Amino acid sequence: MATVTASTPRALPTGLLKHRAVHKLLLIALAAAVLVPLANAQWASGSWPAALTVDLTKPLSSASDWIIDNRDSHPLFLYFFGYVSNAVVISVHAVYVVLLGAGWAGVTVFGALVAWRVAGVRLALGTAVAFLACGVLGMWVPTMQTLALMVVAVLASVVVGVLLGLAAGLSRRMDKILRPVLDTMQVMPAYAYLLPVVLVFGMGVPAAVLATVVYAAPPMARLTALGLQGADKEVLEAVESLGTTARQRLLTARIPLARKELLLGLNQTIMMALSMAVIASVIGAAGLGDRVYQALASVDVGAALAAGIPIVLLAVVLDRVTGAAGDGTEGQGRAGWAYALAGTVVVAVAARLLGRLDWPDAWTLNIAEPVNRAVDWMTNHLYSGVPVIGGTADWAGHFTTWVLDPVRNGLQGLPWWSVLLIVATLAWLIGTWRTALTAVLAMAAIGVLGVWTPALDTLSQVLAAVAVTLVLGFATAVAAARSDRVERMLRPVLDVFQTMPQFVYLIPVVALFGVGRAPAAAAAVVYALPAVVRITTQGLRQVDPAAMESSRSLGATSWQQLRQVQLPLARPALLLAVNQGVVLVLAVVVIGGLVGGGALGYDTVFGLAQGDLATGLVAGAAIVCLGLMLDRVTQPTERRTGKGA
Amino acid sequence: MRVRTLAVAGSLLLLTGCGAADMTKQASPFANAQGAKSVTLSVQSWVGAQANVAVAQYLLEHKLGYRVDTVQVDEVPAWDALSQGRVDAILEDWGHPEQEQRYVKDKKTITAGGGLGVTGHIGWYVPTYFAKQHPDVTNWKNLNKYASQLRTAESGGKGQLMDGSPSYVTNDKALVKNLDLDYQVVFAGSEAAQITQMKQFAKEKKPFLTYWYAPQWLFEKVPMTEVKLPAYKEGCDADPAKVACAYPHTPLQKYLNTDFAKSGGKAAAFLKKFKWTTEDQNQVSLMIADQKLTPEEAAKKWVDSHQSTWKAWLS
Repeated sequence: MATVTASTPRALPTGLLKHRAVHKLLLIALAAAVLVPLANAQWASGSWPAALTVDLTKPLSSASDWIIDNRDSHPLFLYFFGYVSNAVVISVHAVYVVLLGAGWAGVTVFGALVAWRVAGVRLALGTAVAFLACGVLGMWVPTMQTLALMVVAVLASVVVGVLLGLAAGLSRRMDKILRPVLDTMQVMPAYAYLLPVVLVFGMGVPAAVLATVVYAAPPMARLTALGLQGADKEVLEAVESLGTTARQRLLTARIPLARKELLLGLNQTIMMALSMAVIASVIGAAGLGDRVYQALASVDVGAALAAGIPIVLLAVVLDRVTGAAGDGTEGQGRAGWAYALAGTVVVAVAARLLGRLDWPDAWTLNIAEPVNRAVDWMTNHLYSGVPVIGGTADWAGHFTTWVLDPVRNGLQGLPWWSVLLIVATLAWLIGTWRTALTAVLAMAAIGVLGVWTPALDTLSQVLAAVAVTLVLGFATAVAAARSDRVERMLRPVLDVFQTMPQFVYLIPVVALFGVGRAPAAAAAVVYALPAVVRITTQGLRQVDPAAMESSRSLGATSWQQLRQVQLPLARPALLLAVNQGVVLVLAVVVIGGLVGGGALGYDTVFGLAQGDLATGLVAGAAIVCLGLMLDRVTQPTERRTGKGA
Repeated sequence: MRVRTLAVAGSLLLLTGCGAADMTKQASPFANAQGAKSVTLSVQSWVGAQANVAVAQYLLEHKLGYRVDTVQVDEVPAWDALSQGRVDAILEDWGHPEQEQRYVKDKKTITAGGGLGVTGHIGWYVPTYFAKQHPDVTNWKNLNKYASQLRTAESGGKGQLMDGSPSYVTNDKALVKNLDLDYQVVFAGSEAAQITQMKQFAKEKKPFLTYWYAPQWLFEKVPMTEVKLPAYKEGCDADPAKVACAYPHTPLQKYLNTDFAKSGGKAAAFLKKFKWTTEDQNQVSLMIADQKLTPEEAAKKWVDSHQSTWKAWLS
C-alpha cells in the first residue's frame, strides 16, 4: 500500500518520460546505423583512429620556448605581466609585514574580535583557539604567509568575480557568453593551468595568486549574477518610480538586495582559495602548503599533518564566520568595529613592547612523532595478514584485478565510435540534444588530442571510485538522515575530510594500499565522500514528512519506507549527489597520479615537473573534456526544466 | 571604461615604480621581511637535497646572520625560478644539459656554483635479502627469469619495475623495451609513494625491483643491491628511444642566480664553497627522514660534530 502514496503522483511523468526515451533511443539507433558503417569503412580501428588526431606537441613547445626566451625583453612582459606580478608581490608583502608586525597576539585578538562582531562570542573563542593552535603546532610563520597570500588572492577573486557577476547579472547576452567560461574554469584541474601560469609569471607567489583567482572567482561571479537576477521586482519598481538613475538603482537597491548571495559567494571563494593554497605549493607558493609538500618529501605524515591542521582550522573558522555574516543581521554599528580595532592595536603594541612578537619556541608541541607512530601501527597491522578479512593490500589487489582492470580493458576494448554512441545515448536520455552534443564533442576532443587510451584508463578509475563513493556515501547518508546524533557526530569528520589537504593522506593511503590505481581511488573516495553524504542526507531529510507519516501509518517497515518513499522522493538530491561525486572524484585524478594512478593524472604532474607544456596541457585539457562529458551525462534533470527537455 | 583602465594602469605604475618591470628580478614577497638580509634556497623533493639545504640554512642563519627561506620546487621549474631570482641557489643538480645551455651559456642569468662533492648514480635495485637468495638476479640478463616473482596487481601479467617521481631523469621504459625484458614500468608518481611502498615490501621481505639512486638514506634502512645493466659509455643515452645502457655517474653541481652570485656577499661566497661528502650528506638525511628530526635539529647535530669541515666554507 505504501507504494501507492508514493507513486501515484509520479505515474504520469514516468509514462511520458518512457515514451520520449523510446523516441530518443530509436533516433540514436537510426543515426548509428547510418554513421557507424561510414566511420568504420573510413577509419577501421579499435582505438581512436590516428588520422583523426592533431599533434599539438610542436606548437605548444615552441610557444613555451618563445615565452622563456622573450620573458625578459618583450614589452608584453615588461609592461603588462611584469606589473601584474609586481603588484601581487607588493600587496602580499605588505599584508605579510602587517601580520608579522601585529605579532601573534595582535593577529589572534584581531581575529577573535572580528569573529565576535560578526558572529558572536562562541565563534570568537573558536577563532582565538584556532589561531593559538597554529602557533602551538609550530606553524605561526607559515600560517601568516598563507594568510597573506589568501587575503590578496581572495580580494582579487572577489573583484574579478563581482565584475564578471555584474556583467552577467545585468546583461542576458553576457550571461550566455560567460556561463561556459565559468564552467571550464571550475572543471579544469588546477594542475593543468599551473604550468602556463608558471611559464608566464615564473615560480612563486604571483603565479600562485593568479592560479588561485582563476579557481576561486567563478563561484563569486555566479552568485553575484544570481543575486542580481533574483532581486525582488516590486522593490525595484518602487525604487525606479522614485526617479533614480540606473547606477543609483544598482548601488542602492540591487546590490544591497543581493547581500546574502554576495556573502555566500565570498564564503565559497574563500574556501576554494584555501584549497588552492596547498596545490599552489607545487609552484612555490610557500606557507602552509609548502610545509605539507616538504613533509611529503621526507615521508613524514606527522609533519604534514602539523601543517595540514592549521589549514583545516583556518578553513573551518573562515567558513563559519563568513557563513554567520551571511545569515546574520546587519553589523551592530561602527562603535563595535572601533573597539575591535582599538583592542587589536593595544594588544599588538603591548606585545611589541614586551618583545613577544614571534611565537615563542617553547610553546610548541611536537605532534609529528605520535602521529607517525600511530600511522606505523596502523599500516603494520592492517597492510596484510588480518585474519578472515585479509589485509588492505589484499583488498587493493582484488580491487585492481577484479574491478579496475576489467572496467579499463572493457572501455579500451570498445571501438571508438561505440564509446561516442554510448555517451550520446546516456546524455540524451538524461538531458536534451544539446547536452548530448556537448558530451559527444568533449569525448571526441579527447580523441583528437591524441590521448584516447590514457583517458579511458582515467575514466575507468573515475567510474570505479565514484561507484565506491556512492555506495559508502548513500549508506552513511541513510544513517545520518535517520538519526540526529549520527549526523552531529559526522559533521566535524566531514569537515576535516573536505578541507584536509590531499597531500597529507597520500602516504597513509600508499602505506595501506600499495602503489597503483587502488590508492588513487581511495584518495578520491576520501575527498568526494563528504559532499555526497551531505547532499544525500539533506535530500533524504527534506522528504515531505506527511508522505513519511502516511506510509508509516500504513504499516510500512523502516526498510520499505526508505526504499519506496524516501529514496524515490529524494531522487533529485540523489542525482545531484552522483553529479557532485563524479566532479569531485575527477578533481583528485591528478593527486592520484602522485600515488601511481598513472594515465592523465600522471601526465599532468609530469608536465609540471618537467616543464613540458605539451604533455601537461594536453592531459589537463583531456581531464576537462572528461569532466564536461561526465557532467553532462550525470547532470540532474531539474537544472534544465526551464528549457523544456 | 577607458578612463578607469588608465587609472588602474597608472596606479600600478605608481606601485611598481616607473618604466619596465624586470621579470628577472622577482624576489619572493616573504623575503627581507622585518629588515633581515635573506637568502632563498630551492629544495628538491628528495631528502639528500633537504640535507644540503638544512646545513646551508643552519650555517647561514647561525654563523652569518641571514634569514633563510626555502621553497620546494621540482628540478626543471627550479632552473626557471633561479633565472628569475625567485630563488638564489640550487645546491644539488643532477644534470640538465638543455637548461644549462639556455640559462648559463645563452642568457647568463644563472652561474655555475661548483661541485657539491657528492656523486650521484641512478640504477635498478633489488633488496639485498632477495639478491642473497638469488645471486643471479643482479644481472639484467637473468631478470626475465624472475618476472613472475616480481608481479603485482598493477603490473598485469609482467614483472613490476617501479619508477618514482615524474620529475626524475629516467630511460626505464626504453630500457625495458630495448633490452627485451618482460617487465611493466609502474610509475609511483612521487618519491614519497615509492619509499612508502619499498618499506612496506621490505617489512614483509617481499622481492621487488625498483628504479633508485645513490646517495640515498633509504639504503641504511632497506639494504639494496644494484642490478647490472649493459655498461654506460659516453653518448650511449643520446637518443632517448634507443637507450640500452646503464645510467652514468654524475658529480652533482650547484648553481646560483647570477645577480646573487655577484652581489650576494658572504652568503654567495659561502654557498660557492659549500662542499661535502656522500657520507656527510647521508648522515644528515638519515636523521631527517628516518629519525624524524626536524631538518634544523639534524643540521645542528652535524654542524656541532664537523667543525673543521664547515669552518673552511666560511673562511
